[in-house]
Amino acid sequence: MDLKLATIDLGLIAPEIIIAAVAMLILLLGNVVRRRTILAYFGLFGLVAALLTALPRWGNPASGFYGMVQADNFAIFFKIIFIIAAGLTILMARRYLISHEIESPEFYALLLFSAVGMMVMAATSDLVVIFLGLEIMSVPLYVMAAFARHDVSSNEAGIKYFIMGAFASGILIYGIALVYGATGTTDLRRILADWGFFEMHSQLFLYSGAILVLIGFGFKVAAVPFHMWVPDVYQGAPTPVTAFFSVAPKAAGFAALLRIFTYGFADMSQLWAILWILAVLTMTVGNILAIFQDNIKRMLAYSSIAHAGYILVALTAGGDGAVSSAAYYLLAYTFFNLGAFAVITLIDTRNSSTAQIDEMQGLSGRHPFLAAVLALFMFALAGFPPTAGFMGKFYIFSEAIKNGYIGLAIIGVMNSFVSVYYYLRVVVVSFFARPNKEFEAVSYTPAIFIVLVITAAGTLILGILPGYWLSLARAGIFQFL
Amino acid sequence: MSYYLLLIPLFPLLGFLINGLLLGKLNKKIVSIVACGAVGLSFLWGLKLFFNLLALPADSRIIEEIAFTWIPSGEFNVNVGFLFDPLSAVMVLVVSGVGFLIHLYSIGYMHDDSGYGRYFTYLNLFIFSMLTLVLANNYLLMFVGWEGVGLCSYLLIGFWFEKQTAADAGKKAFIVNRIGDFGFLLGLFIIFWSTGSLNFITVFDKAPQVFAMGAGLITAATLLLFLGATGKSAQIPLYVWLPDAMEGPTPVSALIHAATMVTAGVYMIARSHVLFLMAPTTLMVVAIVGVATALFAATIALTQNDIKRVLAYSTISQLGYMFVACGVAAFSAGIFHLMTHAFFKALLFLGAGSVIHSLSGQQDMRFMGGLKRHMPTTFWTFLVATLAIAGIPGLSGFFSKDEILWKSFSSDYGSIWIWAIGLFTAMLTAFYMFRLLFLTFYGGERMDHHAKEHLHESPKIMTVPLTILGVLAIVGGYIGIPHILGGGNNFEKFLEPVMGNVQHGGEEAMVMASSGQNGGTELMLMGISVVLILASIYLAYVLYVKNIALAGKIRQSLSGLHKILYGKYYVDELYGAVIIRPLIGLSLFLWKIVDVILIDGLLNGLATIIGDISKIMRPVQSGLLRRYTTVFLLGVVLILGYFVFR
Amino acid sequence: MVPMPYYLIVGAVLFVIGIAGVILSRNLIIMFMSIELMLNAANLTIITFSRFLNLMDGHVFVFLIMAVAAAEAAVGLAIIIMLFRNRETIDADKFNLLKW
Repeated sequence: MDLKLATIDLGLIAPEIIIAAVAMLILLLGNVVRRRTILAYFGLFGLVAALLTALPRWGNPASGFYGMVQADNFAIFFKIIFIIAAGLTILMARRYLISHEIESPEFYALLLFSAVGMMVMAATSDLVVIFLGLEIMSVPLYVMAAFARHDVSSNEAGIKYFIMGAFASGILIYGIALVYGATGTTDLRRILADWGFFEMHSQLFLYSGAILVLIGFGFKVAAVPFHMWVPDVYQGAPTPVTAFFSVAPKAAGFAALLRIFTYGFADMSQLWAILWILAVLTMTVGNILAIFQDNIKRMLAYSSIAHAGYILVALTAGGDGAVSSAAYYLLAYTFFNLGAFAVITLIDTRNSSTAQIDEMQGLSGRHPFLAAVLALFMFALAGFPPTAGFMGKFYIFSEAIKNGYIGLAIIGVMNSFVSVYYYLRVVVVSFFARPNKEFEAVSYTPAIFIVLVITAAGTLILGILPGYWLSLARAGIFQFL
Repeated sequence: MSYYLLLIPLFPLLGFLINGLLLGKLNKKIVSIVACGAVGLSFLWGLKLFFNLLALPADSRIIEEIAFTWIPSGEFNVNVGFLFDPLSAVMVLVVSGVGFLIHLYSIGYMHDDSGYGRYFTYLNLFIFSMLTLVLANNYLLMFVGWEGVGLCSYLLIGFWFEKQTAADAGKKAFIVNRIGDFGFLLGLFIIFWSTGSLNFITVFDKAPQVFAMGAGLITAATLLLFLGATGKSAQIPLYVWLPDAMEGPTPVSALIHAATMVTAGVYMIARSHVLFLMAPTTLMVVAIVGVATALFAATIALTQNDIKRVLAYSTISQLGYMFVACGVAAFSAGIFHLMTHAFFKALLFLGAGSVIHSLSGQQDMRFMGGLKRHMPTTFWTFLVATLAIAGIPGLSGFFSKDEILWKSFSSDYGSIWIWAIGLFTAMLTAFYMFRLLFLTFYGGERMDHHAKEHLHESPKIMTVPLTILGVLAIVGGYIGIPHILGGGNNFEKFLEPVMGNVQHGGEEAMVMASSGQNGGTELMLMGISVVLILASIYLAYVLYVKNIALAGKIRQSLSGLHKILYGKYYVDELYGAVIIRPLIGLSLFLWKIVDVILIDGLLNGLATIIGDISKIMRPVQSGLLRRYTTVFLLGVVLILGYFVFR
Repeated sequence: MVPMPYYLIVGAVLFVIGIAGVILSRNLIIMFMSIELMLNAANLTIITFSRFLNLMDGHVFVFLIMAVAAAEAAVGLAIIIMLFRNRETIDADKFNLLKW
């Protein structure tokens, strides 16, 4: 055994270590420190520190822990997404948690643990480590969904997410077991290298295993027909948690899917037909069901399903361009979807709120800024220029066309036009509907204001000056060692 | 040398930002100075660049400036850049010039509105988007402007959102336009996929190598682009939103729904003429849709009583003419008509706005009449515009419309049928426009007593733009006098560096004109159209002015003239029975059945079907965990099954 | 020695029993236990492959998965207890406030 200490380079997982350590400290300090604000900002500090340790790795990828950790640009790109999502969620959550009387230090700790899991998922090319990351991510999420202990809908969201998520995990790990049996390894690089050497009898294991793995992650990214949990959990969970759900685990799931299916199983051409169908179903079902939703969180849940469909289009198209388009889209989506949820968080902190779309009536009269940014996020979700949403969709669909998936692109564009209908409804209600009662004022906190400014700026900058970010995403495609 | 093209759209953007960010904090005077000043500066800068352009030799009149690299990654490279050539110069001047006048007019028109600041903010944003659209040097940036104008149009149609109809109309415009945009975007993808670029110059250079003449791919791409144009420019079948769009403030109708935004489709086709010329099938479709729309909308306009609705259908009809021009490959004739139409149609709308303003919001022509005395400036300018749109020789509309009719007859892509239908539509146009003029300005004053007391000419800030537009509506045509009438057709020559020799103008036409036979034909056709138009104006006169007076006289005195007069009346009745009745019947049929039920119903039906599917699918999401896991497993089984039995 | 397919078949059967349990049961605890069964089926499969292909890493994976299963159990049972406190039932069909 050539056990070299050099292969255990803790620097490679420094961001994960920092965040996990900060999370544990928060748990400890939670008993001592009275002021929760300090804990929240301590969490933010941890995220920033992790970001600063992660960024220098950009451009010089490294591998460690016997190939189980990949600190390449792809991983860093996704780590940035997770850190942004977690940071913005902390900023927007506090006010909501306080007003719903559920604030406790554990919330921030769970959020950070979950972010660690996502980072592990993105930064490895080993199936078992991906599974481990997935579980580190999911277990805190189960708790967060049920975080409003005395709220029955939050309870229900928690149990539904838990049962479905654990079920999906079971299917995923069985799939990994089959792949392991067929190939004798769980390392994607070795699977790729030995492709074509696997004997006939192991082909069956390999393919069924790959399909089960696809389904396991399809659950996390809310691909139809594995999406059933999404609307219920999004609606029931506390709003900031939903905001986090809608971007971060999705990005993590796609990071893993992209890594596995455009790299490790890249030669599995029989799978593309399945992906094609999944993408079409996901886009269409998400959009059609979103149309008649009255609850804005539920509407955004279906909308997030539809967006998963657009990214599945990129996954189906395959190739470097498509991978970078998916990465770019996930970054853009993080901004505008979190932004939309930040506005809802504000409105949802009022006592009377049930998060109905109709509650937005009169918003523009009372809070023009809120209404304007909400409209911006809705237009971005609908894919309007010059927002990031347009650029992302344009990039994905043109990659799909370039790779010959014209039918898929047409269905995608049609879907994004259907989606305009329900996004527009929110804008119409907040701007054009005559309020039947005076809009109940909401009070900003500086933290939420910062979230709104950052997300709005991100949405616009990624749309108007996408060049830099696109080249980041392009540089973020895999460079395996 | 740098021309700072960026400045042209930048001014309105600044105006938008200033007025938007300080919404409600500025007083009306500053708001209007900022808004009008921004557009005025754009116009002046455009004018300066226009003269710069003229100073260049004709072949090098293409200025392309890259502002910054928008998407710089490998083969996917798009710049934010601007292209200033004769075509965009014309568009810039029309958009900013007419836009400026309408801004001025709006100061008076919107003076008492509570949303004054909001209005000018939107208006500046619109001008910014429109200028981006016409100045873009690539399809993607053009699409950005395209969506931007759509958004502003939606915001401005729904400007008075307290009115449910206005909010609905805004939403309808938006959603119908999305169907067109869908086509545009797909066309764009095909172009990008085949040529690897979206830059106009590169695409047009590469197109002949990439596409075979008349091949399926280029036909598909151009048809999709045309679908986009039908949405924005209100052609069959996507025109339904425009009549409803009249819910917006009248200056908005003038600016967006008559002079500028709705012509974006025509501009886009003219800009892409290289591609369209490679797809004869598409050109045929464009011409047929154009002429059908022209006729269809003109017929509907015959019976409408709402003054703005008549003008809306008239706009649709005139846009149809422009598409006919594009369809017969006479792109510069289309742009020419676009320009003259911008002058006289903006004038008509503004005049109508002046009337509505004076009547405190009354839009029904049955409650107008006799306004000539009370509003002389409005009347005279309105008369000029009516004469221009009718195509009376000497006014701008005559030259441009005749050019289109002649091209539709003589072009390789044209046909006598298109010409004949176009001519018939021109007659209808003259008829309904004079009907409108007579009902509004002549005859008895049919408004109620209260409104009568309030009748007044509009303030200077509104009549001055009217007068300027009136002058333009007269002289606007003289830059494009055809060879046959001794002119040089300077307009077409000016556009030649863009349009090339593709059209049947230039020297070829000069040769034809001087060679006798064709020239004779052109003159003859021109004569026919003038005579027929005059006849239909007379008919309108008889029906809407003289009869009313006659009836009064008859009632007054049963003199000996009675019988003769009666006889005359029979002649009119004959006209009525043979020509007018069937037309009116057809008009009502088209409007009530085809327009309201069929096309509108079809579009609404589509929405309903999607909604129904949504309702049917919802119960699957029953909230029961067991149901969810079952669906999950079903998915697993289906995918594995697909894999095994593949 | 018992040949490899036997172990694999037992694993597959366990897996299917687990799935059936999740789908057919209404009791949240039984659903949850069935999921644990699925994880164990995967464990059995991995250890079989590991043993018969002479690979040591499979043994390690199984320990990892057992740790994960334990963490899931802790959280899952806590959620179920909380539910029982609030609703006094753990019948899965009773939880359908959120739907459509």
